[in-house]
Amino acid sequence: MAVEWRNFEPVLIPKIPNLHKIEVFEKNGGYQQLAKVLKEWTPEKVVDEVKAANIRGRGGAGFNAGLKWSFMPKPDGKPRYIAANGDESEPGTFKDRQIFEYNPHLFIEGATIAGFAMHIDAVYVYIRGEYKDWIDMMQKAIDDAYAKGYLGKNIMGSGYDMDMYVHSGAGAYICGEESSLMESLEGKRGYPRVKPPFPAQKGLWGRPTTINNIETLANVPLVIKNGADWYKSIGAENHPGPVLYGISGHINKPGVYEYPTGMSIHDLIYEVCGGMRGGKKIKAVIPGGSSTPPLRGDQLEGVCMDADSLRTAGSMMGTAGMIIMDEDTDIVDVVWRISHFYHHESCGQCTPCRDGTGFLEKTLIKIKDGHGEMRDLDLLLDLCTQMEGRTICALADAAAWPVRYAVTRFREDFEKKVKNTVYALA
Amino acid sequence: MKENYEFSKEDLAEIEKIKAKYPDKKSPVMPVLWLAQQKFGHVEPEVQQLVAKTLDIPAAHVYGVVSFYTQYYGERKGKFVFDVCTTLTCQLCGGYDILHHLEDKLGIKAGETTEDGMFSIQSVECLGACGYAPMMQITNGVYCNHLTTEKVDKIVDDLKAGKMPEFEQIPFPQHQDESNNKEG
Ligand SMILES: Cc1cc2nc3c(=O)[nH]c(=O)nc-3n(C[C@H](O)[C@H](O)[C@H](O)COP(=O)(O)O)c2cc1C
Ligand code: SF4
Ligand code: FES
Repeated sequence: MAVEWRNFEPVLIPKIPNLHKIEVFEKNGGYQQLAKVLKEWTPEKVVDEVKAANIRGRGGAGFNAGLKWSFMPKPDGKPRYIAANGDESEPGTFKDRQIFEYNPHLFIEGATIAGFAMHIDAVYVYIRGEYKDWIDMMQKAIDDAYAKGYLGKNIMGSGYDMDMYVHSGAGAYICGEESSLMESLEGKRGYPRVKPPFPAQKGLWGRPTTINNIETLANVPLVIKNGADWYKSIGAENHPGPVLYGISGHINKPGVYEYPTGMSIHDLIYEVCGGMRGGKKIKAVIPGGSSTPPLRGDQLEGVCMDADSLRTAGSMMGTAGMIIMDEDTDIVDVVWRISHFYHHESCGQCTPCRDGTGFLEKTLIKIKDGHGEMRDLDLLLDLCTQMEGRTICALADAAAWPVRYAVTRFREDFEKKVKNTVYALA
Repeated sequence: MKENYEFSKEDLAEIEKIKAKYPDKKSPVMPVLWLAQQKFGHVEPEVQQLVAKTLDIPAAHVYGVVSFYTQYYGERKGKFVFDVCTTLTCQLCGGYDILHHLEDKLGIKAGETTEDGMFSIQSVECLGACGYAPMMQITNGVYCNHLTTEKVDKIVDDLKAGKMPEFEQIPFPQHQDESNNKEG
């Protein structure tokens, strides 16, 4: 059932002018949760509260953040790290940058609380290189937080030390994948690592590391302030909290909107985003970034933006980067462009991914240009089967899913473009 | 013509600060490459050598990094590089029209540079501005959103006159007063 959202006031990016400035943030209760935790809480209590709140990772996989934190081994006196993932390169996703721009200190506070909870020595904030302007905003916020004693040595007089550094990417989608991100932070080509060992055992520079998305960490102070029960009362039952929906495509008012999870896709399109451009019908919706399976416009009745509802509908929440397409959209063209993206971004370590993404793209070009045959549709599905679950990282799956579900859900669009495989003899 | 690439004293001080953020000597290579590219406009092999020497790491490693990441200019590009996004949402919202308009206007194709060395065009993947499509980025810097052919023309003219477009702040929709997302 769709959740109530109309009276919701944003909490991740609340309507407070100049909140990105540290004085304004402080005046509005900023860094008080950090103060409270440092003074009164134990690290275990923080982990337990965040686990109970069930903040599901906003980077794509939707894993309970507190549970992930609890995988960190006991401190042994040597360095431990957080890598905060602001690579934000999944097509359709443009929400973490809103935090850098409008509420960077909420993230810094959340990451520092996470640091205290896991006995972290340093947080590396990995931001895609294209976000030069937002990297500068984040760096300024971090400098200000250092100057006020919220970062660095003896934070707020607690005896806890933690550093925070920004690391700029340089144009590689794959570096959003957590192990590739760590390679990149270590100054290497961003080749994903074979797992296990998992980052909590052997992460950055061989030391225990937790990777969380920027938005995930920005939720932490809200949980500390209001408690896990409050957090769980927002949005969908098994996937609670406020979420930044990035909505783009053929709608009247695209943009990033903060609402509870579990909103119906129809409400988001028709009430939040002002409906479809030109009053057109919806052909397809990609709910959570380009790798999540597309849904048909006539499949959307009652579908809500949370893990359970989307799973039932046959897709995923991903990054909540929704792409809306109207009835005039050429699905084959769109799927080709998605395939081109993954082909371009494959790091090339695994044959099923390197060659598979290439074959997918080649076959889709053939179909799009009118040279395809009916059997090419089966070839596409077969290629997907050979890619899924057979590679070092999930990029191959991310490349296969949109193709698989487009071919099955929009089969008539593909069939219209291909010739029959069997020719009648003249 | 072979140029001599050197870091200044200020650069070296900056590099020391960068090195202090990482626990080993290989890790600072990305920020130092950024610094070098900012200074020299590219990171061609001679600059890679300089970075390698400065960090005391193999030049082959630096080359490996430069060739993996698309934003490092391992070869010289135009003074202004138009990175036009043509991925999914930009594709849906006319990104290819913008690309083709720029190509016609400058008389070059994506991947090429004008003869006078002023402009390069590249067709790039999603830049994380999908709600503001179609869009492009100029030389790893400013984002130009909500593009139309007229807006593109103006940007090109401004750049020729030495004027870089300014950062466009896009308001968070729920912060705007006439937000009609609420009941009543
Ligand atoms: C190919 C690929 C690209 C990814 N890109 C991103 C990204 O840009 N940002 C992000 O936060 N997570 C990305 N992820 C997910 C990360 O690997 C990781 O699960 C996430 O950052 C964990 O944070 P969370 O638990 O807070 O979501 C990507 C995963 C894959 C397989
Ligand atoms: S699945 Fe693709 S992107 Fe991931 S490691 Fe293998 S080749 Fe690289
Ligand atoms: S698709 Fe162009 S910015 Fe995302």
